[in-house]
Amino acid sequence: MSATNAATRYDALIIGAGHAGAQAAISLRQVGFAGTIGLIGDEPVAPYERPALSKEYLAGDKSFDQLLIRPDEFWTENSVELVSGERAVGVDPSAKTVTFESGAIVGYGSLVWATGGVPRRIPVPGGDLEGVLAIRSKADCDRLIEALPSIRNVVVIGGGFIGLESAAVLRARGATVTVVEALDRVLARVTAEPVSRFFENEHRAHGVELLLGVGIDSIEGDDASVTGVRLSDGRVLPADRVIVGIGIVPAIEPLIAAGAEVTPHATGVLIDELCRTSLADVYCVGDCSVLRNGPGMRIESRQNAHELATTAAKAITGITDPLVLVPWFWSHQYDLRLQTIGLNVGYDQTVLRGTPEERSFSLIYLKEGEVIALDCINATKDYVQGRRLVERRARVEPNVLADTDTALKDIAAAH
Amino acid sequence: MKFTVTTREGEARDVEARDGLSLMQNIRNSGIEELHAICGGSLSCATCHVYVERVPAGVALPEKSRDERDLLEASDFLEDNSRLSCQLTCRPELDGLRVTIAPED
Ligand SMILES: Cc1cc2nc3c(=O)[nH]c(=O)nc-3n(C[C@H](O)[C@H](O)[C@H](O)COP(=O)(O)OP(=O)(O)OC[C@H]3O[C@@H](n4cnc5c(N)ncnc54)[C@H](O)[C@@H]3O)c2cc1C
Ligand code: FES
Repeated sequence: MSATNAATRYDALIIGAGHAGAQAAISLRQVGFAGTIGLIGDEPVAPYERPALSKEYLAGDKSFDQLLIRPDEFWTENSVELVSGERAVGVDPSAKTVTFESGAIVGYGSLVWATGGVPRRIPVPGGDLEGVLAIRSKADCDRLIEALPSIRNVVVIGGGFIGLESAAVLRARGATVTVVEALDRVLARVTAEPVSRFFENEHRAHGVELLLGVGIDSIEGDDASVTGVRLSDGRVLPADRVIVGIGIVPAIEPLIAAGAEVTPHATGVLIDELCRTSLADVYCVGDCSVLRNGPGMRIESRQNAHELATTAAKAITGITDPLVLVPWFWSHQYDLRLQTIGLNVGYDQTVLRGTPEERSFSLIYLKEGEVIALDCINATKDYVQGRRLVERRARVEPNVLADTDTALKDIAAAH
Repeated sequence: MKFTVTTREGEARDVEARDGLSLMQNIRNSGIEELHAICGGSLSCATCHVYVERVPAGVALPEKSRDERDLLEASDFLEDNSRLSCQLTCRPELDGLRVTIAPED
């Protein structure tokens, strides 16, 4: 692809070579799509396993090679034209073309928008100082890894999954780590209090300092780099590096400009059960999409990226296989494995199964008496067996769910 | 190392593996897409389930972790020789390994 070659056109053009984009290309070939496929992304590298960035990659346990979603030769062997380092800036849905920052214009038969999001920046003075990092891409992570030998104090802003996972790895690598969370508990947006408190205790036990209910006033630095973080209560924390993990902003401006329908606050592009946007022949998948008749929020997970991409690939190939949403997710921190099944949105009751003190338990979420989600900590059995309860939205008495002597699969069978 | 993988359709394929990558990655990289491996080897999906039909003489596969056992037990197609292929790393001693992809749950 080059700026001068305006005649480039793909039957299926995929923008964004992350999880969803890569999977869309893979699935297209798998379901027998015979047309040309272009997979164009702005990162300089081939698609890779993003979840590993804040885990095995940062820890040094896995090399980048081990993170590749497919080896380089896979793309050529499967006639997928993978173009790296090209950023899409405009979509013309009537001419069916995409314009790139480089000036290139590429035509499409079907367009799959799979751009994920960019890390939200912290809107305080000093928020763009050298040494204030996010962890979204390999490049982000490499900047942090490079600095590791010379840094002692790290301040993590945001007690979400990425912040906590990075904190765990950085602790293990010997850094002094402080996590600052504006809300009164960590993981507040995704789990209920018992799970938050459990993770807080674990991080404290590992020597992470956790500051809850504290805002950020500014980030301080000298000419070269960040030196500290000034909190809303006036305290200043010394910092050689600051990691900001406060969520993403979906990368959807070109689609918005093209007239695609988005959610009220532009949190994502609205899609139907076949991942179609409001624009003809334009699909949207992964982190930047929001299901029209769904929970009304982005679902940022590898599984969701995978399933949406597969659904879109089928739809493009003429196979109608509507999405059935049963999200799942995982997180690793220290020796803890959190696995979540379902979405707890709108829960009105929780049931604790097992004891957090034993570091193996599940929290079950109910809505109007029906099981809608489970958070399982070092409890893989509950995670796999609880899936049936979530799929059926089983109605189970709380005391039955709490009884660890009865396996969830037996409970599921009886309901 | 080389291994042989039999697909769900019964087609046996010889694969030249890259050492250091998991068996799951090597199967997928060989172009066999029926192994979904949705969690990418994070021990959270069990969509990389295979049956180990033959292990080279004198070589033992690493024991299953509790999580691997728990995930496998949820499968309707669990057999004694079931493994999650993301938990097995390809290495020279495993040359001649034979596996079959388990049915989809
Ligand atoms: C550190 C970290 C840890 C995570 N851990 C987990 C986990 O444990 N479990 C889990 O399920 N999920 C996890 N996730 C979430 C998961 O990685 C995402 O949900 C998934 O990557 C979404 O895929 P995507 O393709 O939608 O977006 P991405 O993977 O972000 O891919 C989008 C790609 O598009 C590119 N792009 C953006 N704009 C443009 C443009 N205009 N033109 C061209 N290219 C563009 C981006 O640079 C990127 O390469 C984690 C994410 C991160 C960052
Ligand atoms: S790839 Fe998910 S458990 Fe093996």
